[in-house]
Amino acid sequence: MSMAGSVISAGFDVEKIREDFPVLKQTIHGKPLVYLDSAATAQKPFAVIDAIRKFHEVDCANIHRGVHELSQRSTAAYEETRSKAKRFLNARSKNEIVFVRGTTEGINLVASSWGRKNVKEDDEILISAMEHHSNIVPWQMLCEEKGARLRVIPMNDRGELILEAYTALLNPRTRLVAFGHVSNALGTINPAREIIEMAHRAGALTLVDGAQAAPHMKVDVQALDSDFYTFSGHKVFGPTGIGVLHGKIKLLNAMPPYQGGGDMIRTVTFEKTTYNDVPYKFEAGTPNIAGGIGLGAAIDYVHHIGLDNIAAYEQELLAYGAGALEQIPGLRMIGTAREKAAVLSFVMEGIHPHDIGTVLDRQGIAVRTGHHCAQPVMDWFHIPATTRASLAFYNTIAEIDALAAGLKKVKEVFG
Amino acid sequence: MVDDLYQETILDHSKRPRNHHPMDDADRKADGYNPLCGDKLRLYLKMDGDVVQDASFEGSGCAISTASASLMTESLKGKTREEALKLLDKFHDLLTTDTPASRDLGKLVVFCGVRDYPARVKCATLAWHTLKSALNNVPDPASTE
Repeated sequence: MSMAGSVISAGFDVEKIREDFPVLKQTIHGKPLVYLDSAATAQKPFAVIDAIRKFHEVDCANIHRGVHELSQRSTAAYEETRSKAKRFLNARSKNEIVFVRGTTEGINLVASSWGRKNVKEDDEILISAMEHHSNIVPWQMLCEEKGARLRVIPMNDRGELILEAYTALLNPRTRLVAFGHVSNALGTINPAREIIEMAHRAGALTLVDGAQAAPHMKVDVQALDSDFYTFSGHKVFGPTGIGVLHGKIKLLNAMPPYQGGGDMIRTVTFEKTTYNDVPYKFEAGTPNIAGGIGLGAAIDYVHHIGLDNIAAYEQELLAYGAGALEQIPGLRMIGTAREKAAVLSFVMEGIHPHDIGTVLDRQGIAVRTGHHCAQPVMDWFHIPATTRASLAFYNTIAEIDALAAGLKKVKEVFG
Repeated sequence: MVDDLYQETILDHSKRPRNHHPMDDADRKADGYNPLCGDKLRLYLKMDGDVVQDASFEGSGCAISTASASLMTESLKGKTREEALKLLDKFHDLLTTDTPASRDLGKLVVFCGVRDYPARVKCATLAWHTLKSALNNVPDPASTE
């Protein structure tokens, strides 16, 4: 079943890339680590680890307020990431880049700031049937507070959104359509441009959860015309605790602050406070400076590999993986969209995902088992959980063979 | 390799769980939920005064949680409420401490391997959390969290 490495993406030297990721060079329970959980968090290259270390060793200071050398260095490095994120998303201006803790906070910021100001009783928010809990719960909370209605775009058996049903759901009361660019549980790549265009025609704004898209494909917020786009640093090979919310500048300017505190103000008296300009208006308190600097290094690293190269290589891995898993009797793929990112989510007849996960772990293979923070997706497929192998560009054909062999072992134990 | 966890008795009880059916004339029932894996379980007890006369369960989960529920229902029959609660404590010690297994555990000692798999302890204890709710007549579902 194994393919010769040379057949895969001539010119994409995965072995050389793996040298950049120290965590991959270890054994787990005596077996080489096979890390297939990058959709949960991606591993970090030396470039990111070193940038964070350098910040703490050489430049460490608070930002935006010191006149001393270290503070200026820290500020410059942190703000440089804003410019890198602007290029990463092809935003119009770096002022459209708001630093947040991650995608979850990005969504909460919009729901809290834009949502509370603009969503009224009987208004409607549209989300999709395949959303992560982070793109469901903030909207539920908003709708509950405002007496607004949360409606859901359905999907088909493959895990693709039904656009006809979406069209029917859009109406003059629709204020916002919030959807994942790529589904974390299914791997589906949603037709973001089309969804956004349809929303705009109906007079609604859009928020795109880009957590699972940003690591795998080029994102262009101008081409998409998204109103809000958010992603997490740790899924694009950067550290945890830092992420980006992109918003159109007009929208951000009109939105009230999200949290109050230092850095988000211009002047403060006990009688009145005037707020800083965007994006600082949304960035109260000392931010995750080290994380921001690490994210900058991660974006550089991804650009160095090249998102087109990444996408092409991962598609080959995905196709090979789908083919290998299909040959295992009793295995059913969950999420078979025609447009799919590097996620292999599946169930095995009569074997619970947690047992699969444990047996694979003992062979050094790290997969995610459970509902993937997408319980409504599990309910839709009438399953409690799946086993999910999620791929990144540092994975290899040999690792997929190891997964297939591991699943055969699972069948031996529970067969 | 994983045989220390998935011992023969556990595999047997997970594939052919005993007392795996609803009980119409149960005196007590309780629901258990493990939010980590989504496993749900309903436990039924038929009491004769203070003594567990019969026990059964419904629901499906992983091999560990199913086998644990199956073996638990077997071991409960004939035990007083107090004995059942003591057994629960001993079972919990078996999974989480290095103390030698109590003789009272009987067949339940097959779960000793779970100790080395911290992520799976909650799978093994779901049925027992639910038992505690049933014995204490707690109306809310027992949760492993």
